[in-house]
Amino acid sequence: MSALNIKGLKKQFGPAEVICGVDLVVEKNEVHAVIGPNGAGKSTFFNLLSGAFPPTSGEIQLYGERIDGLSPEKIQQRGLSRSFQVSNVFGNLSVFENLRCACFKQSRAGYVFWRSAARVREANRRAEEVLEMIGLQALRDVPAGSLPYASQRALEIGMTIACDAPVVLLDEPTAGMSNTETAQAIKLIRQVAEGRTLMIVEHDMGVVFELADRISVLVYGKIIATGKPEDIRNNPKVREAYLGEEAA
Amino acid sequence: MSDDMTATMIRSNQRFALRGLVPWLVFAAVLLILPFIFTDGFSFTLMNAIGINIVFALSYNMLLGQGGMLSFGHAVFFGLGSYAAMHAMIAIDDASYAGEGFWAHVPVVAMPLIGMIGGGLVALVLGWPFCRRAGTAFAMITLGLGEMIAAAGQMFPSVFGGEAGIYGNRMVGPQWFGLELAQAADVYWFIAFWTFAGVLAMWAFTRTPLGRMSNAVRDNADRLQFIGYQPRNIRFLVFIASGSFGGLAGGMAAVNYEIITPESLGLIPSGLALLMAAVGGLGVFYGPIVGAVLVTLMNSLLSDYSDASILYVGLIFLSIVMFAPRGLAGGLEHIRAAYREGSLARRLPGWFGGAVAVLLIALGLIIVIEMLFAGHGGGDTVNVFGIQFQAGGATGWLAGVAALVVGVLVMRATRKNREANA
Repeated sequence: MSALNIKGLKKQFGPAEVICGVDLVVEKNEVHAVIGPNGAGKSTFFNLLSGAFPPTSGEIQLYGERIDGLSPEKIQQRGLSRSFQVSNVFGNLSVFENLRCACFKQSRAGYVFWRSAARVREANRRAEEVLEMIGLQALRDVPAGSLPYASQRALEIGMTIACDAPVVLLDEPTAGMSNTETAQAIKLIRQVAEGRTLMIVEHDMGVVFELADRISVLVYGKIIATGKPEDIRNNPKVREAYLGEEAA
Repeated sequence: MSDDMTATMIRSNQRFALRGLVPWLVFAAVLLILPFIFTDGFSFTLMNAIGINIVFALSYNMLLGQGGMLSFGHAVFFGLGSYAAMHAMIAIDDASYAGEGFWAHVPVVAMPLIGMIGGGLVALVLGWPFCRRAGTAFAMITLGLGEMIAAAGQMFPSVFGGEAGIYGNRMVGPQWFGLELAQAADVYWFIAFWTFAGVLAMWAFTRTPLGRMSNAVRDNADRLQFIGYQPRNIRFLVFIASGSFGGLAGGMAAVNYEIITPESLGLIPSGLALLMAAVGGLGVFYGPIVGAVLVTLMNSLLSDYSDASILYVGLIFLSIVMFAPRGLAGGLEHIRAAYREGSLARRLPGWFGGAVAVLLIALGLIIVIEMLFAGHGGGDTVNVFGIQFQAGGATGWLAGVAALVVGVLVMRATRKNREANA
C-alpha cells in the first residue's frame, strides 16, 4: 500500500484557488521531493497534508485511511509528522526538553503529572538518541531560542522525527544554510529517510537531485510532472515552467 | 552563542542537579527558625498571611509564568476553595457538637485539602470553554468570570453569607499533632506545613511531563499540535492544577482568618496574585515567593508609616515592570548568570550606579509625595527616614526635586557603562 494517496486535492482562500486539483501517490519508504517556483503552493500543500488547514475538497489517504479534515494532532498521531520552514521550536525550553516533549505522545505521557519527566524512560531514551543523531549533544541544555540558526534547523528536524512517525514532511530543511551546513543537513536527512517515507519541499536543486527518489513539480497549484530525477531534468514542460534558467 | 557560554550552562546544570536539595533544606530551616525570632502576635499574623500568599502567588504563576495564560480571575479558586473549607469547618463544628457523623472525625488541619478539591472542581467545571485560547481572549474571559462569581457571591447568602461572609471556628474536631490552633503561633505551624507542602508539590509539578508541556504550550502553542497534542487539553489540565493550588491557599486562609467574604472572590485579590507574581518574577520558579513576601510586607507595614502606602505599592509595581521586567528573582538570576560567566566584576559598577540612581529617584519621589499628602490636611512636619521637613516649606520641595534630579543624572551617567558591559 502506498504511504500517501492524494486525490483531487483543492484549496481555496476566498476566490483564490491555491491548490487546484492535485493527484499524487507517494510510495512507502521513498524520498519524494516537491519543487516549484515561489508561490506555486508548496507550503500550502504541506499545510493541507499536515492538517494546518482543511482542504476545500479532495481526499488524502495515509496508509489507506482518510486524514483530510482531521486536526494536526490527530494526523500526527496517525503517523504523519512535519517540520516547518521557519524554525518553530519551544524557545525557552532546552534543546533536550524540546526533543523530550516531542517524544511524550509516543509514551502517552504528555498529561502525566504524578511522576517526574525524568522517569518516562522511553521518552528520555528516544530524546537522547535523536539528540545524538542531530549532533547537538554539546548544546543539550541551551534554550532552543538562543541556538544558532543551523542548529535550530537541526532541532526542528529532530523534533519532527522524535515521535518516529513513518511519514515525515520536511519543509525547506536547508533554507538559509551555508554549504557546509547544507552538507551536514543532507547527511541528517539521509539518516532520517532510512525506513521512512519522506516528502520534502526544497529550493536547492542540488539537495533535491541528491536526495530524491522521485520528484513532483508543482506550478500554480497543479502538479505538471512526477518522475525520477533524470526524467524531471529532461522533461521539456518542467524546463520551460521552472528549471529553465537553472538548467542552462 | 559562544562555546564558552554553552559550556558554562552545561556545567551549571550538572551542579544544579547535585545542589537540588539545598534550597529545600534552607526553606525548611527558615520556616522552623522564624517563629523563634519573631515571637510577637503581629509577626505571627504577618507570617501566616505571607505563607498563604506564597501558595496563592505560586498557584497563579502555574497559569501565567509556566503556562502563558494571563488570568484576572484567579481569586475565584482561592475564594471558592476557602468557602469549601469554611463550610467543611462548620460541618466539623456541628458534627463534633452532635458527637457523631463523618465530619466529627475530620481534623481542621486537613482543611486546605478540602480547599484544594474545591478549587480544582470549580476549575474542572468552568475551565474547558476558557482554555481554547490563551492571550487576550483568555484574560478577558477570566476577568468576566471573576466579576460574575463575585457578584453571584452576593446573591446566594445561604452559601456565601452575603456581604458579611461566613464564619467558622478552627478549634473544633480532632486535634492532630497537638495543634490546638488557639493562637496565631499554633496556626503558624499549620501554615508553615502547608506552605512547604504546597511549594514542594508545585515545584514537583514543573518537573512532570505535564509541567513541561505547559511550558511548551506557553512558548509555542501552534507547534504543540504538530507533536501530537491539543493545546487546549494541556491548558485545561494546567488550569485545573492551578485552580487546585489556589484552592489550597484558600483553605489555609479559611483556617487562618476564620472568616471569608464574597469580596475575596473578586478582582482585587486576583490583581494581588498578578502583582505578587510579577514583582517577584514570572520566569523563575521562586519568583512569586519573593513577590508574595515583599508585597504582603509592604501592604501591611507601609500603611503604618504613610498614608500614601497604596501609591507606593503601585509605584514599585510600575518601576519593576518598566526596569526589571523579569521581576526581582529574574534580576537575581541575571546577577547569578553574570557571576558564573565571570563578568560580574565588570558589570557590577554599572549596576551599582543604577541602583544608587533608583534609590535617589525613590527618595525624591517619597519626599515629594509626602509633601503633597501633608499639604492636604496632614501634620505640620513631614518625616522622611528621620529627616524632618516643614510641611509646605521650600526646603522639603527643594530636597525632593534635588534628589530626583540627581538620581536621573546618575542614571544617565552610568547608562553608558551598563550598555558597554552588557
